[in-house]
Amino acid sequence: MEKSIAHLFFFVVLLNSACGQGPDNEVHTPKSTVFSAELFVDQLQLPWGMAFLPDNSMLITEKAGRIIHVKDGKKTAIKGVPKVYLRGQGGLMDIALHPDYATNGWLYISYASSEGGGKGGNTAIMRARIVNNSLVDQKVLYKAVPNTTRGQHFGSRFAFDREGYLYFSIGERGDREVNPQDITRDGGKIYRLHDDGRIPADNPFVNKAGAKTAIFSYGHRNPQGLLTHPETGQIWDHEHGPRGGDEINIVKKGKNYGWPKITYGINYSGSAITDKTHMPGMEQPIHYWIPSIAPSGMAFVTTEKYPGWKGSLLVGSLVFQYLERLELKDGKVVYREKLMDGIGRVRDVRQGPDGLIYVAVEGKGIYRLNPDSQK
Amino acid sequence: MRAFLFTYLALAGLLSLYLIQDTPLKQSMKRGSGIYLDFCVSCHLEKGEGVENTYPPLANSDYLINNRKKSIIGVKYGQQGEIVVNGTRYDNTMLPMGLSDEEVADVMNYIMNSWGNKSNQMVTPEEVSNCLKR
Ligand code: HEC
Repeated sequence: MEKSIAHLFFFVVLLNSACGQGPDNEVHTPKSTVFSAELFVDQLQLPWGMAFLPDNSMLITEKAGRIIHVKDGKKTAIKGVPKVYLRGQGGLMDIALHPDYATNGWLYISYASSEGGGKGGNTAIMRARIVNNSLVDQKVLYKAVPNTTRGQHFGSRFAFDREGYLYFSIGERGDREVNPQDITRDGGKIYRLHDDGRIPADNPFVNKAGAKTAIFSYGHRNPQGLLTHPETGQIWDHEHGPRGGDEINIVKKGKNYGWPKITYGINYSGSAITDKTHMPGMEQPIHYWIPSIAPSGMAFVTTEKYPGWKGSLLVGSLVFQYLERLELKDGKVVYREKLMDGIGRVRDVRQGPDGLIYVAVEGKGIYRLNPDSQK
Repeated sequence: MRAFLFTYLALAGLLSLYLIQDTPLKQSMKRGSGIYLDFCVSCHLEKGEGVENTYPPLANSDYLINNRKKSIIGVKYGQQGEIVVNGTRYDNTMLPMGLSDEEVADVMNYIMNSWGNKSNQMVTPEEVSNCLKR
């Protein structure tokens, strides 16, 4: 008897470790869905970011440099959008509203900009207001340097934390040996600013000589998902790995997330980047994807509208063209599910103020997930 | 012995000169491989193999071989809608990447002469500038 209990124990431990994070952690296809996807805003070339206004209308950024206001199905182009440096993965990217938008009207956009010296461009962050369908009171809060003609890794997602600090990501711009581990350089970082662009006095590197004092954390590759956890208030990111090794991280002040010293990924050619996945002084992701799903956009489900989804994380997949739902338990991913399989490159996902999920798909538009119970 | 050494060195020198000397196509391909790693590899992958049903292959692509002009236009201005590559249907979007005509020519020369692909006629920036949308 004792022996069989010991066996059982062993078996359970084995099962547990098999379900833990490993390169084989698989994505499931649900047997039945709890929603139907409706193409809510059609004919968009490349919707990159979305924001919901207090009247439940929507602002959508298109990579080519347009901001579109959608109200009751009617599209209006916002005038006066700054000139964007359209190259490779760069263009007009994310959009976010100030937490107090209803009173102050501030909104934030990120875009590739060739402002400043040198050929090429780099990520810029602007604050502005919309008055009479025009972008006014424009102020560039941050512009990464130097400009480069490289086409990759602009990062550029936004999040506001509970204290009202503005966070944004800038990828390493294709210069992994130079940028991500060096806090005197831009790129491969998550940044933190006051809502008007001032540097918070308690930012981690304000007293480091030569450091970019807006930096909040470093050693990132290309974060294109950023949000504040609805319960803990912590900042979460996800970032593209090279080939394999996309990550979800909890972003902490002053911490080093290791790229390219440690990674679960390899070069596109199949050769190794490093043989290390861990190093002292470097943070571990709470989840990594092998193979890469190429994650973009991220949202926590906080509504009850979709049975079984509350507390799940939603992440878009560019390469596999689906929406991924991840269930978390004790800070680990315990279940992954594939939704809207084959829909197209999923660039962004948000939960609207109406509690419904909105999904931006490249070449298509914005889908709204209508819960089956509401059909 | 001395004469042998002399001829040997001279021959070796000549040979290396020949090997180092890049043809205009080789130079263009070299620049093109840099562009490829920067702008294309994330979708079409290192050996041009692509991703089944999502990003079409460039290696041994019948589409690329038979549609030189369309391919140039696609890389320059973006490419959307249904195409068939090596018998597989793709209905997807490749956005314009903001490359100059020189860069498009270089990357085209690279992909048209790599991974088993071979083209007899080099793509020039002039040819690219003459490829107009639609
Ligand atoms: C974001 C992903 C992506 C990137 C980056 C990308 N492509 Fe494409 N490419 C595609 C897709 C998707 C198609 C098919 C479009 C369609 O369905 O009409 C395609 C089609 C093509 C084709 C024609 C089809 C074929 O297989 O021969 C060529 C040639 C091509 N791409 C070359 C390039 C080159 C050169 C670059 C870099 C300068 C590049 N692509 C970058 C996604 C991409």
